[in-house]
Amino acid sequence: MRQFIQDIAENSHYRATHLLQILRQVQSRYHYIPEEAIAQLSGLLNIPRTQIISVIEFYSFLHLTPRGQYELLISDSITDHMLGKKDLFDYLAKKLDIAVGEVRKDGLVSLDNTSCTGMCDQGPAGLVNGYALTRLDCAGIDKIAELINQQKPLNEWPSELFQVDDNIYKPGLLLSQQIEQGAALKSAFKRGIKETLKEIDYSGLRGRGGAGFKTAIKWQFCSEEQQAERYVVCNADEGEPGTFKDRVLLNSYADQVFEGMTVCAAIIGARQGFLYLRGEYLHLHDKLQTILDQRRQNGLLGNNILGAGLYFDIEIRLGAGAYICGEESALIESLEGKAGVPRNRPPYPVTQGYLGKPTVVNNVETFLAAACIAVNGGDWFASIGTEKSKGTKILSISGDCAQPGIYEYPFGTTIQTVLNDCGASDVLGVQIGGPSGTFISNQELERKLAFEDLATGGSFIVFNSSRNILDVVHNFTHFFAHESCGFCTPCRVGTSLLKKQIDKIVEGHGSAGDIVALEELCQLVKNYSHCGLGQTAANPILTTLERYLGLYENQLKEISFEPGFDLDGALEIARRMANRYDAGAHLAQTDESGSRPIASLPPSLAVGE
Amino acid sequence: MSKTITIDGKVIPFEEGQTIMEAATAAGIYIPHLCHQPEFTPHGSCKLCTVKVNGRNCSACTFPAMDGQDVLSETEELIDDRRKITQMLFVEGNHLCPGCEKTGNCQLQAVAYHLNMLDNHFPLFYPDREVDASHPDVMLDRNRCILCTLCVRASQQKDGKNVFAVSGRGIHKHLIVNSDSGLLKDTDLEATDRAAHICPTGAILIKRTGYRVPIGERIYDHKEIDQVSLEAEHVKHGE
Amino acid sequence: MANKIRVATTSLAGCFGCHMSFLDIDERMLQLAEVVEFDRSPITDIEHCTNCDIGLIEGGVCNSENVHVLREFRKNCKILVAVGACAINGGLPALRNHIPLEECLNEAYIEGIGVEKPKIPSDIELPLLLNQVHPIHEVVKIDYFLPGCPPSADVFWKFLTDLIEGREPSLPYELVHYD
Repeated sequence: MRQFIQDIAENSHYRATHLLQILRQVQSRYHYIPEEAIAQLSGLLNIPRTQIISVIEFYSFLHLTPRGQYELLISDSITDHMLGKKDLFDYLAKKLDIAVGEVRKDGLVSLDNTSCTGMCDQGPAGLVNGYALTRLDCAGIDKIAELINQQKPLNEWPSELFQVDDNIYKPGLLLSQQIEQGAALKSAFKRGIKETLKEIDYSGLRGRGGAGFKTAIKWQFCSEEQQAERYVVCNADEGEPGTFKDRVLLNSYADQVFEGMTVCAAIIGARQGFLYLRGEYLHLHDKLQTILDQRRQNGLLGNNILGAGLYFDIEIRLGAGAYICGEESALIESLEGKAGVPRNRPPYPVTQGYLGKPTVVNNVETFLAAACIAVNGGDWFASIGTEKSKGTKILSISGDCAQPGIYEYPFGTTIQTVLNDCGASDVLGVQIGGPSGTFISNQELERKLAFEDLATGGSFIVFNSSRNILDVVHNFTHFFAHESCGFCTPCRVGTSLLKKQIDKIVEGHGSAGDIVALEELCQLVKNYSHCGLGQTAANPILTTLERYLGLYENQLKEISFEPGFDLDGALEIARRMANRYDAGAHLAQTDESGSRPIASLPPSLAVGE
Repeated sequence: MSKTITIDGKVIPFEEGQTIMEAATAAGIYIPHLCHQPEFTPHGSCKLCTVKVNGRNCSACTFPAMDGQDVLSETEELIDDRRKITQMLFVEGNHLCPGCEKTGNCQLQAVAYHLNMLDNHFPLFYPDREVDASHPDVMLDRNRCILCTLCVRASQQKDGKNVFAVSGRGIHKHLIVNSDSGLLKDTDLEATDRAAHICPTGAILIKRTGYRVPIGERIYDHKEIDQVSLEAEHVKHGE
Repeated sequence: MANKIRVATTSLAGCFGCHMSFLDIDERMLQLAEVVEFDRSPITDIEHCTNCDIGLIEGGVCNSENVHVLREFRKNCKILVAVGACAINGGLPALRNHIPLEECLNEAYIEGIGVEKPKIPSDIELPLLLNQVHPIHEVVKIDYFLPGCPPSADVFWKFLTDLIEGREPSLPYELVHYD
């Protein structure tokens, strides 16, 4: 092990910024991070061991205790559940003779849940040693169990288990015409860098991650910073459940994305770029690396790009299972090899980003669009869309529709049009923008995709009338509690409290005051959390409470109060140990002897009234 | 003309580079806080110091003062919500004041008193957390840790060490110490370190000193934290 | 004196320290007795409460009997008050929440030093322990909270006089203590 650690540390030039990448390799080799590795890395990278432990304990894919030689993770996204995840998961656990969250006694295999793996159009999905598994079914699980028990190396597993399709059903402005490698850069140099920024400005392009900050302004700000070193970062950490468009863009349009990054580098004056690829997309890593190598060979990266004197290169950095790293400042922390905890702002990344230097962070789709704009000009893009939302939006559509996949629409398109195209006729509601977005009911299908109306990062999940909205809310609320980074009180504690409160209501233990308590808590988490995660973590509850209050109320008991824990269950141990089977050894969950209404407070108790 | 901001209608001056918290403190205005200590880089995590700046919630300890800002702090809404945030800190840990040496000197308790917090409001988590009594002079009781990271910062910024760090994610976040054994006794922490004295709660305590001042005669038994906090600042500036 | 205010009190998983502190109102008790009569309480020996205005509960909920008593109070008291640290957050009895109940019972009745005739008591007269101690607001709705271990006599006095005189009860800074 010593040599292995020594080698990877040396390959990383002993830089602490590579800690996460190094730990990924150790995890991949040993299926955990052994104590010896921590001690050795602490010395080699000259960082305290606590820093290493805090990184390991932050990311879902890193472990301090051994996982199986085959680490199986099954995606827990609502879309996987809609495709029968629960039964499959049980089947898998039984087949492998393993409990959830555990390592089998022989150490061969471990099984657990993981947040959405971005395969919502081809789920139920999972990961084995980080590699994506798609379209899981009983036959596939039988095969996987057999392969594991035979200890077959992953490269000998049948490729269909790992087959990931693009499923592009409706290409639009950006997806219908691939631009030639180098075309965007050539156009940009020919037109002039400043003019190219102007074109991007004319295009009206806004960030595609969901927040919608104007791209040209961000680039302009960054270019005006008084610092020599600047960075370009492509945020490919699409962790929003229901989103998978970046997976497709990087699989089939990577050249354009890299080209967009290079154009950005030329404009802001950056020499180094990063593609922060979510760990779930490990299967794309080598392919992307090859494309980068090609670009270097073709003079599109590296020294003196296209003879224009520009130096720029791109490094791929992998995430390790943390939704929060999609938040740009958390992503930058992660790039620096640390836990992905969002920074205080200001300063914003454009002034102090990676290593404190001015940094542009944009979504994959934004860079793709920028490359196309560099070729075709700003008007080409701006002629499509609405007043405040120019161009098109690429959607990842999943859930109850005939053709889940990738669809590109001009901004301003109605939800109904989208539903017609993807073959969704029975629609209860649509989750726009993923759990952090908005749940709209079937009464709102004429609403439009646009920053003015329904802003979205691209997640579009359709629910038909057989779905239970509270199950959806339950899944999303658990997701946020699991993904909260824990930095600030309102989100750290609040998302866990939301989880408890929604469980109480969904499990039928809610009583009169519980919805008021739920809403009050939602507002607290929303208004006081440090970053977007906490500020949107209550959206699944708030947007459904607004539309389906009756659904929540139906869950409530007709009483004034019910405990949030199982009273009779809490007596089980004592009952068993005392061998008590009499009626007195049990407790009803609520006082069934009839409660009388509680007086409103404070009643005047003044004597003599 | 010096630049000014308005806090709850009161116009106060500030110097370029000051945070809202710094400007407020200098002007004798207390904004509740726990993870903030003027000598250390602000952290902005406890969110107790949330104020409304031109209608938007911001952490006063990290947000820069800017000319003309209209800041609201002591509104009914903010006070109520600060109380709830304090209640969150109480329910996520195990804060049993009657059995804690720090009672009466505890800032978590004092902020709660200041906000007239009478109950926990939320269900209690009763988490399992480790106590580390291994160090000869310093006690670490994670049950009372509120993850303010003041010990982390004090160790790095004042003691030139790296004794503490925060690890884990979400509700599982916890304090760890820098030694192979994971125990405090094997770190280079000394009882004279600033980090050993900075804890706002009773999570890090100096052994054998807990009851030198009897309960009932302690800092917050008779003085509110707003007064104590502002006085401490003014003493430091020789006022 | 038909319109005297009826007050009931009890201690669940508590130490009666809050009751002792209540008695510390000393001679003010006479003043109180003019407008208040005690229903179920350790100081009256009444076994069950009926139609009370105020119920004062000391202690948290650690066993099935606590649940029954708490429910009786909730049903029969217009205003139910959590008195003291244990009622509010489980207090010291809740220290056992970190030890599995199985271990607690084994230690106390089977394996502990000095245990003779090791056996877990089993009698229908004995309440069963809940696996964790809970504050009372997690089991019934509570209207007011009086913190302290115990709350001082002045806290009881201030709270009751506020209520009796028709004011919204409030505690000034010097009366709020958790220790």
